[in-house]
Amino acid sequence: MQTVYKDVLIIGAGLAGERVAVEAAGAGLSAVCLSIVPARRSHSSAAQGGMQASLGNSVMGEGDSTDVHFADTVKGSDWGCDQEVARLFANAAPIEMRRLCQWGVPWNRVVPGKSTYFKGGQKFEKVEKEEKRGLITARNFGGTAKWRTCYVSDGTGHSVLYTMDNRCAQLGVEVHDKTEAIALIHDGETCFGAIARSLRTGELIAYISRATLVAAGGFGRIYKASTNAVICDGGAQGMVLDTGAVPLGNMEAVQFHPTGIVPTDILVTEGCRGDGGTLLDVNEERFMNIYEPDKAELASRDVVSRWMTYHMRQGKGVKSDYGDHLWLDIRHLGEAHITGKLREVYEICTSFLGIDPIHQLIPVRPTQHYSMGGIRTDKDGSAYGLKGLFSAGESSCWDMHGFNRLGGNSLAETCVAGGIVGKKLVEFLKGYETAIPTAIISDAAKKQEQRIKDLMSGVKGHENVYKVRAAMQNALDKGAHVFRNEEGLTECVTSLQEILYRARRVGLKTNGLGASPELAAALKIEGQVKLALCVAYGALQRTESRGSHNREDYPARNDRDWLTRTLAYWKNPSDDLPSLEYEPASTVFEIPPGDRGYGKMQIISADSKEDK
Amino acid sequence: MARMLKFNIFRYNPQDPASVPHMESFVLEESTSMTLFIALNRLREEQDPSLQFEFCCRAGICGACAMVINGRPGLACHTKTKDLPGEINLMPLPVFKLVGDLTVDTGTWFRSMYDKVESWVHTSKEFDPQSVEEPMDNTDAEAIYELDRCIECGCCVAACGTARLRDDFLGAVSLNRVARFVIDPRDERKDKDYFEIIGNDEGIFGCMGLLACEDICPKRLPLMNQLGFLRRKMGITAIKQIFKK
Repeated sequence: MQTVYKDVLIIGAGLAGERVAVEAAGAGLSAVCLSIVPARRSHSSAAQGGMQASLGNSVMGEGDSTDVHFADTVKGSDWGCDQEVARLFANAAPIEMRRLCQWGVPWNRVVPGKSTYFKGGQKFEKVEKEEKRGLITARNFGGTAKWRTCYVSDGTGHSVLYTMDNRCAQLGVEVHDKTEAIALIHDGETCFGAIARSLRTGELIAYISRATLVAAGGFGRIYKASTNAVICDGGAQGMVLDTGAVPLGNMEAVQFHPTGIVPTDILVTEGCRGDGGTLLDVNEERFMNIYEPDKAELASRDVVSRWMTYHMRQGKGVKSDYGDHLWLDIRHLGEAHITGKLREVYEICTSFLGIDPIHQLIPVRPTQHYSMGGIRTDKDGSAYGLKGLFSAGESSCWDMHGFNRLGGNSLAETCVAGGIVGKKLVEFLKGYETAIPTAIISDAAKKQEQRIKDLMSGVKGHENVYKVRAAMQNALDKGAHVFRNEEGLTECVTSLQEILYRARRVGLKTNGLGASPELAAALKIEGQVKLALCVAYGALQRTESRGSHNREDYPARNDRDWLTRTLAYWKNPSDDLPSLEYEPASTVFEIPPGDRGYGKMQIISADSKEDK
Repeated sequence: MARMLKFNIFRYNPQDPASVPHMESFVLEESTSMTLFIALNRLREEQDPSLQFEFCCRAGICGACAMVINGRPGLACHTKTKDLPGEINLMPLPVFKLVGDLTVDTGTWFRSMYDKVESWVHTSKEFDPQSVEEPMDNTDAEAIYELDRCIECGCCVAACGTARLRDDFLGAVSLNRVARFVIDPRDERKDKDYFEIIGNDEGIFGCMGLLACEDICPKRLPLMNQLGFLRRKMGITAIKQIFKK
């Protein structure tokens, strides 16, 4: 088996991973990124909308500041975030946007003079100032007080990722693509790297490092209908959970995006609503203005998704072969706007749906979109439980998002957190030496070789990996979606436990040689079902509604009992439920828990503790 | 009744000593709004779990699923079966190294391209976190993005006559990349610097002008315009260099 030694091993080559790699390489450390796909295909490339940073250059962003961005983020999180982290993020975001500018991102710029914009289907006028000409401009996104989202037309993620990968190439960061990490090498206290499998040849490779960082994106594909790329399957989170030492934070906090298209679940950007698109029901009537008179379509994603689901339950959905959906209307924005600033949306509609959004309505419904939960880290990005293990980006629970993530905050997080965590990782490595125990490395490799042999020979059973995966996805779609209740979640947990039993008995139908996709799926299925159990069991235990987590049987946000973050451990590999522990959501409160100003709901105050 | 589609798919697993390159046929019933993404996944999950192909974003954004579809390179994710005849031939992209079946290794090819064309902004300016960004005209920013939209799917390379004849040809994608930096006011490189990279048969003078790159580009990038733009620039640079000597 080939062995690769580096100072820093980064699992994932999307924006967060590459941003950390840039910090490491800039400090003279050797860094390698592993990626299932060529770096530029990472899911970061799919983010169309933009990155939030309070530059305040656009006239609609005047008066914006890091404080306002911080407050929006905390409110958006429904006070579930770590406020210290949200503060670090809001303060660093403007600097990071300018840094990206220096590296080559072609941000859209302020054009002085009059222009029109839409809000709630109505046309308004704004005048951009001459003195701001050519500075980075911003667009409107849900859940924010100011126009704050920096963007590159409708390809922000794509453009920033290409720039970041250019930067990596310039600094000599190696990216080993078509390489999938399948197990961490650790002794229960320290992480020494990972065992990976080549998706070209099927060979195993040991990557040994002083620091390891997981930046592998979300795990949305454990759901059946997800906007996520097919690579966002939770393989890396399952691998980390398998250590038994590292907890996953807030796994029940799963975000549903209001505008996944029906039936392919491809996302059309929130920019559609930000730019003035409206949601219509079966009668082609607006409804968000009824439920949220102030923010309407621009309330946060959890709120919009909830009202959409509610409205469809009132019989106002559009019936289709694929179930009920609603309409997104952007026709009034006009051809120039739709084929210019919303070109990706135009292409998605014409290429995948065969509809023309200039003249036709777009069928949409809430679809799994973002995982607020992930590998729990401290504010430095250092994972709980294992020394030398870090995480950043969507795969982490650094926790600036709490129970709901605002549009434009996750793409910004990748680079901002990558910069912050990258610096901390470099600091950590200064003077840090570790003895590499070769026995632990060869044991880890042998264990993986044995797993592969067992799957190939079918010694554990002959369950079909794709059928097990479909069963897991169906269970989650049924029981742990936008609305949750005790009955549905209990059933979901019970069926997932049965599915876990089946996942442990998967055997390959084919020989599994080379880059076998069946083997790749089989290697991660048990971990995926465990993640699904962390989501469903965490949601069952959390008897309140907060952000994206909506319990129909517990509609109030309960700060008295649940101003906490869930930590899910998988202590023994043979367990059939995670062990849940809780910690305070934040140790610092710059803003005490209060009303978000949208998504009206009852709040059980933390001050009512004595009533418990 | 829905059509029964016949898929003829190239099969070869180089890591399996028993495998030989051949075409294999599969039959699948067509469903509403079926794309090759839906069809190939169904084939793998229901008929042959060893079938190798690539999808990532499945939304036309990442470029992973490029393959030769009935003789023409294109993205499988946004190819609707209703636009194809009942018999569909799928082959891997040429030029790139085969991993297995319909999967090729584009990553290695593209990474070496970034090194060759030095695909990054060349600037002597240090980043100053205290100062405001340097202003840029919005039309410049939009023009850069227009070329930055490339998704590196490899279709233009696979469809290129010169790239099929010689391994060292940079291809339309690389020349488009160079054009992106040429128009970026932040990049301090001069025409003579670019001439060293692309002023030869591996670069701008190798293009035979067959136009296939632009014809098949799934993102409809103005590739021929960029080739023309660079060829003029490099031609003038070449003449200047002759007179200097």
